[in-house]
Amino acid sequence: MIIPVLFGVSVVIFFTLRVIPGDVAQTILGTSATEESLAALRNKFGLNMPLYEQYFTWMSGVLVGDFGVSMRTGAEILPEILSRFAITFELTILAAFISWIIAIPLGIIAGVKRNTKTDFSVRIISLLGVSVPNFALATILILVLSLSFNYSPPVGYVGFFEDPVKNLQILFLPAFVLGTGMAGAVMRMTRSSILEILRQDFIRTVRAKGVRERVVIFNHAFKNALIPILTIIGMQIGVLLGGTVIIEQIFSLPGLGQMVLTGINQRDFTVVQGAILFIAFVFVLINLLVDLLYSYLDPRISYK
Amino acid sequence: MRDFTRKIIEDKVGLVGLIGVLLVVLLAIFAPIIAPYAPDKMHTLHTMEGPSSQFLFGTDEFGRDIFSRVVYGAQVSLQVGLIAVGIGAFFGLLFGLLAGFFQGKIDQFIMRIMDIFFAFPDILLALTIVAVLGPSLTNTMIAIGIVFTPVFTRLIRSAVLTVKENEYITNAEAVGVSNTKIIVKHIAPNVMAPFIVQITLALSGAILTEAGLSFLGLGVQPPDPSWGVMLNESRSYMEIAPWMMAFPVTAIIITIFCFNLLGDSLRDLLDPKLKQ
Repeated sequence: MIIPVLFGVSVVIFFTLRVIPGDVAQTILGTSATEESLAALRNKFGLNMPLYEQYFTWMSGVLVGDFGVSMRTGAEILPEILSRFAITFELTILAAFISWIIAIPLGIIAGVKRNTKTDFSVRIISLLGVSVPNFALATILILVLSLSFNYSPPVGYVGFFEDPVKNLQILFLPAFVLGTGMAGAVMRMTRSSILEILRQDFIRTVRAKGVRERVVIFNHAFKNALIPILTIIGMQIGVLLGGTVIIEQIFSLPGLGQMVLTGINQRDFTVVQGAILFIAFVFVLINLLVDLLYSYLDPRISYK
Repeated sequence: MRDFTRKIIEDKVGLVGLIGVLLVVLLAIFAPIIAPYAPDKMHTLHTMEGPSSQFLFGTDEFGRDIFSRVVYGAQVSLQVGLIAVGIGAFFGLLFGLLAGFFQGKIDQFIMRIMDIFFAFPDILLALTIVAVLGPSLTNTMIAIGIVFTPVFTRLIRSAVLTVKENEYITNAEAVGVSNTKIIVKHIAPNVMAPFIVQITLALSGAILTEAGLSFLGLGVQPPDPSWGVMLNESRSYMEIAPWMMAFPVTAIIITIFCFNLLGDSLRDLLDPKLKQ
């Protein structure tokens, strides 16, 4: 199923970007460009070929790992995608991690102590988490930190392997912002699936056997509640991959989202189509992984 | 219906959400009466002033009254929310009904296209569409509408598949009722519950996406008073004029929060699985 979807994605993204009105070469080179330089650029990127030919040229490159070069800078696209993806991926994973630490314990507590004050507070917190847009939280945090601690978002990016401490310092705040947003959704799902499981017969049986409540919750209920929780986590990681666009912009992180945004603002189509195709590829891959994890966690689900 | 309204009111969380949503709606409808100034009126002698009795929420770098802009911003947000969700819901309902009712090749065709759209993260898809159409209020609404279509389609399709199994549908088919009539009279009304819940939740999603796009400079364009635009403009001045940021942020958070409260409460009421 993945291959037709990705093929469809490539078609949609390629032709959508070609619908943009105006002459691409003109936009890139500006109004003062000479006829010769325009013609040279069109030739270089095959812009005067029929659209379907342009598409096949692009795709035959992509299939062997050649995403072409940037229309603006002439730089190879794939190496840049990969190095930027490393940043976005690290940010996403950190954010996901932060969200689990916050959300899963709180979700379990809320589910177990249903309809108590604790449950009510957790529900309000999680709904707030879902409702506060991450760019709003980011601006508020930067404002508060700068007013009270003279903080300013770090300039420049340092890779994890160059200086892990500095790297985590840079990524912590953006990851925290993304993580809290995701935590809301994970918390809600954890709560409702714990509730669902606790109602089932096997839990009553386990309790009737005199098993301690702690064991009932962690060994029996939580394990079975994991499947829906995993679904939401998989979905959220995908959402995060796209959602980092805004956060990368606010914290000036040179990730994949920023690459797309800069590409769009500069009308650099080869960069935009390459980056988006890559993101879609990772997105679909994550969903597949989540599906595979299901059948591992729940042997009743099988894929033929 | 009366029973339903009573239940929402009894559920305190839903009631808070409902009141909040109604307040935002009233704010948007009566913006010209509530706002003391036009949203783009510049008071050049009063630039970047803090909140005062003359300018309730202070003024921005052009001396525009932030309170008036926040009030008019409700119009923009609701307009985007309603029209974008309207587009997504309409096409989602249409495609979902077709796919679910006819199944077979039509279903395959529609759902494979939706799968393609599902492979894009929402905000990226919206960004790309806006980039293609050019940033503006109308195009933002179209982009968000397109982004929301697959969710509605998938939801309606699965609801239709469940409803179709009912005997009254088989009966209607057996006595020769036309397909159109079965879809319109018997199936559509029975998929409304999840549809309405999804609409409420999508409204908050649409408002959020608009704010995000406008924040990036790719949505509503200045000087239109969108909360996202205001937030973006305030970033350069956030240390010297924090009120420029504080009020639009609060407006966004409260609005989305209330829509989510209402949506949550509606889902609990309408989803039979959650009823106890």
